[in-house]
Amino acid sequence: MDFVPFVLTVITASTPLLLAATGELVTERSGVLNLGVEGMMLVGAIAAFAAASATGSAILGVLAGAIAGIATATIFGFLTLTMLANQVATGLALTIFGIGFSALIGASFVGFALDPLPKLNIAGLSGVPVLGAIFFGQDALVYLSFGMLSAVAWVLTRTRLGLILKAVGESHDSAHALGHPVILIRYGAVLFGGAMSGLAGAYLSLAYTPLWAENMSAGRGWIALALVVFATWRPGRLLFGAYMFGAITILQLHAQGWGVVIPSQFMSMLPYLATVLVLVLISSDRIRIRLNAPQCIGKVFHPAQ
Amino acid sequence: MDEAVVPILTLNEVTKAFPGVVANDSIDIRVMPGQIHALLGENGAGKSTLVQILYGMLRPDAGTVFWNGHPVKIYGPAEARNLGIGMVFQHFSLFEAMTVLENVALALNEERDMAKIRKRVIEVSHGYGLPLDPDRYVHSLSVGERQRIEIVRCLLQDPKLLILDEPTSVLTPQETEKLFKTLRKLASEGCAILYISHKLREVKTLCETATILRAGRVVANCDPREETAQSLAELMIGQRISSTSRAARENSGGDRIRVTNLSMKPEDEFGIALDDISLTVKRGEVLGVAGVAGNGQKELMAAMSGEARPMEQPDAIWFDGVPVAALGPAARRALGAVFVPEERNGHSAVRDMTLSENAFLTAARRMKLMIRGLMCRSSIRKFAGDVVSRFDVRTTGVTAQAGSLSGGNLQKFIVGREILQDPGIMVISQPTWGVDAGAAVTIRQALLNLAHRGCAILLISQDLDEIFEVCDRIVVIAKGRVSGAREIESVSVDEVGLLMGGFGVVEVNTGMVARRAHDD
Repeated sequence: MDFVPFVLTVITASTPLLLAATGELVTERSGVLNLGVEGMMLVGAIAAFAAASATGSAILGVLAGAIAGIATATIFGFLTLTMLANQVATGLALTIFGIGFSALIGASFVGFALDPLPKLNIAGLSGVPVLGAIFFGQDALVYLSFGMLSAVAWVLTRTRLGLILKAVGESHDSAHALGHPVILIRYGAVLFGGAMSGLAGAYLSLAYTPLWAENMSAGRGWIALALVVFATWRPGRLLFGAYMFGAITILQLHAQGWGVVIPSQFMSMLPYLATVLVLVLISSDRIRIRLNAPQCIGKVFHPAQ
Repeated sequence: MDEAVVPILTLNEVTKAFPGVVANDSIDIRVMPGQIHALLGENGAGKSTLVQILYGMLRPDAGTVFWNGHPVKIYGPAEARNLGIGMVFQHFSLFEAMTVLENVALALNEERDMAKIRKRVIEVSHGYGLPLDPDRYVHSLSVGERQRIEIVRCLLQDPKLLILDEPTSVLTPQETEKLFKTLRKLASEGCAILYISHKLREVKTLCETATILRAGRVVANCDPREETAQSLAELMIGQRISSTSRAARENSGGDRIRVTNLSMKPEDEFGIALDDISLTVKRGEVLGVAGVAGNGQKELMAAMSGEARPMEQPDAIWFDGVPVAALGPAARRALGAVFVPEERNGHSAVRDMTLSENAFLTAARRMKLMIRGLMCRSSIRKFAGDVVSRFDVRTTGVTAQAGSLSGGNLQKFIVGREILQDPGIMVISQPTWGVDAGAAVTIRQALLNLAHRGCAILLISQDLDEIFEVCDRIVVIAKGRVSGAREIESVSVDEVGLLMGGFGVVEVNTGMVARRAHDD
């Protein structure tokens, strides 16, 4: 197994998880549990693929993915934040809707192939041995996934907006009493989550495997959701969890090729087991969890009039 | 009164109705700048509704609010704050998972620079004698300390009108006096203060004018300094209020609670360590634990109830001759002990459950409300109904949610639930915090009667009046240590007040703040 190709495939496997989980982290930090990540990813994936193949522009494809994610999240936001519907039920419905809707739109795109998202050549350094391809030769969405995660970490810990977002997730009644616009903040967080899920979908259909296949997210939305919880809502651990999951996924594929005598079903389980185990171990500190877990998650907010 | 001065706040026939009850019925109030104005009334008289209207959290059905003589509609708390209205809530609006500094920053509209906010928090909290460490997490603070955050948070906004809802319930006499100094200073600077309370003595010493509410209506406007406490109480309640009576008791029985050399590290890094605590409570005795908020009361309560267990010291706590230090709450209850922690909502009662269900939660075993593991609905209803009727809990019935009751009524229910289990040992913390005068008398009398029947009661309270009214002996807790027990007749309020600060608690706190300031 060569090192550089291995790292490159790990990055490819981890990026969609990181994108979607970053969005969901923000959504959950505001106190909203959106279980529709998988659905939003799929809608984003087909929108990106359709736009890219119609216009031939990868940039328009990526944009279309994000917008489609936002549009899907708007449905969720309207139902749960304006109409006060139950978040769990609505999120599950959104996933089912996303699977069906993307399959319907995508029926005419099955079998098409696109050129994958172009790799950038940052500062002309992608030719540098080993490090070049890994650090300077990725496509734009990979850099974006790191950029967004850093931005989210910075906003959450350093800015007033982040403080208000956490306050809304911690106690919407107190935040309301202080005059912060709870519903507006949550709409913002939900739509941001939608955009990130849409981008994750766009990455799947434009870069990971540049073609459309029905249900191509294959459960990655659920993994992203689980990562957010196991990472105890902290961006740093989210990065760690996403890449660990990606790495073990690729590693076990290689291991199956080496002829290891463990049944392949067990090998396929490995990324899930290992990620859960490690994240549970590092998050066993009760007080830290208490400090990071949004207390109002999943609760409907309706102020007295 | 000078005709040229415009009232900072005028309410004209403000009315607000909820389904089934008119909470405010044509309320008229005028508050002048620089005036300390009391809003007196029992729980349920409509005080909270009124202040929520002023703070923009509720909209009046009818009537007008004038600010500086101009009619205003206050559509939300942010708008109220922009007008210059600050509010210290009775049920705090704090974020537990955040630091003091972050909590303050969240309430400020203008200032965004954390370093500046930190500096001002230290300045203001120091200047007004309300020491706060900006970097501590709120969940690790006591009720009294949390209140300081609320007050400091308001003071940072330079309010023109400061509304305080039952602010002194958790303060020592010295702290109350400090708060009054703060408020008088504010008033002399031109800030109007709307002071909501049912503590008549305080209103008489602090306020220049009072509006008295009863059942949603203004029943009187008066100068409290010219009234007697009795006349104010009668206006407020509409009838004479009884006081507790204590029958002579003999404390000849043996020790029912014995704590020897209990030391415990706090569960979280900001808690207070219990340091070598020893105390005993005899049969039929009430032992009071006085102290400033945040000196280990929470930790002591947890150690007594079994929520925190001193595993290395199996002999530290004895109930009726049985070592219980290693036992959990259920096992201790099985020995005949009951516990009423400080926090009503979420600790001693579940807000979203009915009174029956809440009664079942602690009384299931002792009152045999369970048959082969199944809930026995009829006996649960009967038991909950007993509590409601014997302790005068005002509610629509035992199927009402605990969260729908006022603080005083819920506390009567919780205390009643434990007392009717006929306990041999009771550990109770802050039983009358935020509770109206009538309910407080009921609860204290119930404690006295319980002790008379032979129960040993450990009463943790910051309300010295309460301790002097109910207890036989008193210890003072400070910095996680307790003083030696004294007979209640042999100590004065001032002595206890000095003991509370005597361990250097206040000095240590301000020292910490000062050190932080220096670090910056």
